[in-house]
Amino acid sequence: MKGVLATDRRGMRELGAEEMVGWDEVTQGVVLPSFDQAIGNAAFLKPEERPYSDFSSYTATVASWRVIRPVYNRDICIDCQNCWVWCPDASIISRDKQMLGIDYDHCKGCGVCVEVCPTNPKSLLMFAETETIEEALAKWPEKKKKEK
Amino acid sequence: MAITSIKNLKEFSTNNERLEGAHLLCPGCAHSMIVRELLNCTDDNLVIATNTGCLEVSTAVYPYTSWDTSWIHIGFENAATAAAGAEAMYKARKRKGTLKDPDAPVKFVAFGGDGSTYDIGFQWISGAIERGHDFTYICLDNENYANTGGQRSSSTPVGAHTSTAQAGRVSYGKKQKKKDIVAIMAAHGAPYVAQLAPNKWKIMAKGFQKALETEGPCFINTVSACTTEWKFNPKDTINIIDLATDSLMFPIYEIINGRELNILYRPKTVVPVEEYLAAQGRYKHLFKPENRHVIDAIQKDINEKWEYLQRREEAKV
Ligand SMILES: Cc1ncc(C[n+]2csc(CCOP(=O)(O)OP(=O)(O)O)c2C)c(N)n1
Ligand code: SF4
Ligand code: SF4
Ligand code: SF4
Ligand SMILES: [Mg+2]
Repeated sequence: MKGVLATDRRGMRELGAEEMVGWDEVTQGVVLPSFDQAIGNAAFLKPEERPYSDFSSYTATVASWRVIRPVYNRDICIDCQNCWVWCPDASIISRDKQMLGIDYDHCKGCGVCVEVCPTNPKSLLMFAETETIEEALAKWPEKKKKEK
Repeated sequence: MAITSIKNLKEFSTNNERLEGAHLLCPGCAHSMIVRELLNCTDDNLVIATNTGCLEVSTAVYPYTSWDTSWIHIGFENAATAAAGAEAMYKARKRKGTLKDPDAPVKFVAFGGDGSTYDIGFQWISGAIERGHDFTYICLDNENYANTGGQRSSSTPVGAHTSTAQAGRVSYGKKQKKKDIVAIMAAHGAPYVAQLAPNKWKIMAKGFQKALETEGPCFINTVSACTTEWKFNPKDTINIIDLATDSLMFPIYEIINGRELNILYRPKTVVPVEEYLAAQGRYKHLFKPENRHVIDAIQKDINEKWEYLQRREEAKV
């Protein structure tokens, strides 16, 4: 199942690729609005309902940081949300208590989510960036027997 | 105040993120794990002040911001000052009736690193706590000045290698002990002071909620494992913090009103500190035979501190 990805909604920009200005040309005391309209408290809007402005890092990507990436196997997942709570990059997409997938625009490939996934075999595993999701899923390991 | 359900992770995960991805913290950095948890444990409006350090420079990379809350960037020593100032202004405007929405719940939070908390912003945090502002200060304690290349701070523990307390032929790294910031802040008589860790997500969320709900100044020291300066594989951040809490290198406890001490986590099996040290490059040199005595001294210190915490808890003084 595909998650709700930032790229579905806008043209993503590589972070750092925007035009740079010299330090003496930067406006002093800058205010960066995260949204194009006043939305009140963001806690009450899901990301896909928010009018992100170009200033929000949500509209940028750090995908190029990765050489390996986590792949998600829905068949084994128990929706425990361990991966969600410990992902440092808000890249585990969970809605209504369900894990939907990984936001590959913001995931940096740290591997924390794989470490904290409790299923056997794991529902998340790291694969080379060059491998497709289908190739990765085809290589999924069998359940490991408990060592006595 | 509107606290969110932390009954289990499924319920916790229904919160809407207020820290966005594509910030520039290192892969596996614990800073953002801690910040995300704070943001997710309340639905209230938040005014957050963050001073210079890894969190600030990485979440406000001009022309981007990763914050979906009101957020103020301020100089290295002033997270507490900025939060206190915003809180004082808010109160004054409420009194004068000049707020647009005076009934909207607002909480004031300050984030600082250990460099800013233990050293450079120390007196301003002390001042804000003494004045009694209604805010929560959270220290992201990675035991070094990470953003400028890993210099020692007064939070760096004995024996750790840093760029300004190097291990080598004549030195085993930092010689001075880590400052006991929790005791110092509790000594102010602050209503809620705690030391928490992100691996114990529920205890941490409970502590954050308690701090946000408590009127007056609250201080929380959080263990933030730093993959770059502690030198471990980014995937292991939570494993390392598990070793930190289970070896009692970072005991998890709270102090109410400067007096009542409660231990919040007791490891089922206490891990020898050696295992915690061995998992990080910054302690590698301690495993040379001539430095063995440093490991023994660290273990002795941990045992004595644990004994002290338990006695204080028992004594209820
Ligand atoms: C008054 C002042 N002194 C020094 C600096 C340079 N500086 C910026 S970030 C930083 C280190 C921050 O360390 P810490 O507070 O522990 O946060 P961390 O980066 O480790 O999260 C230093 C020394 C500064 N910005 N302002
Ligand atoms: S690899 Fe790291 S950044 Fe990517 S989803 Fe997993 S925990 Fe998040
Ligand atoms: S940690 Fe594993 S089992 Fe739990 S929600 Fe994530 S993928 Fe599913
Ligand atoms: S240097 Fe350490 S604290 Fe700073 S971003 Fe990297 S891991 Fe996080
Ligand atoms: Mg630090």
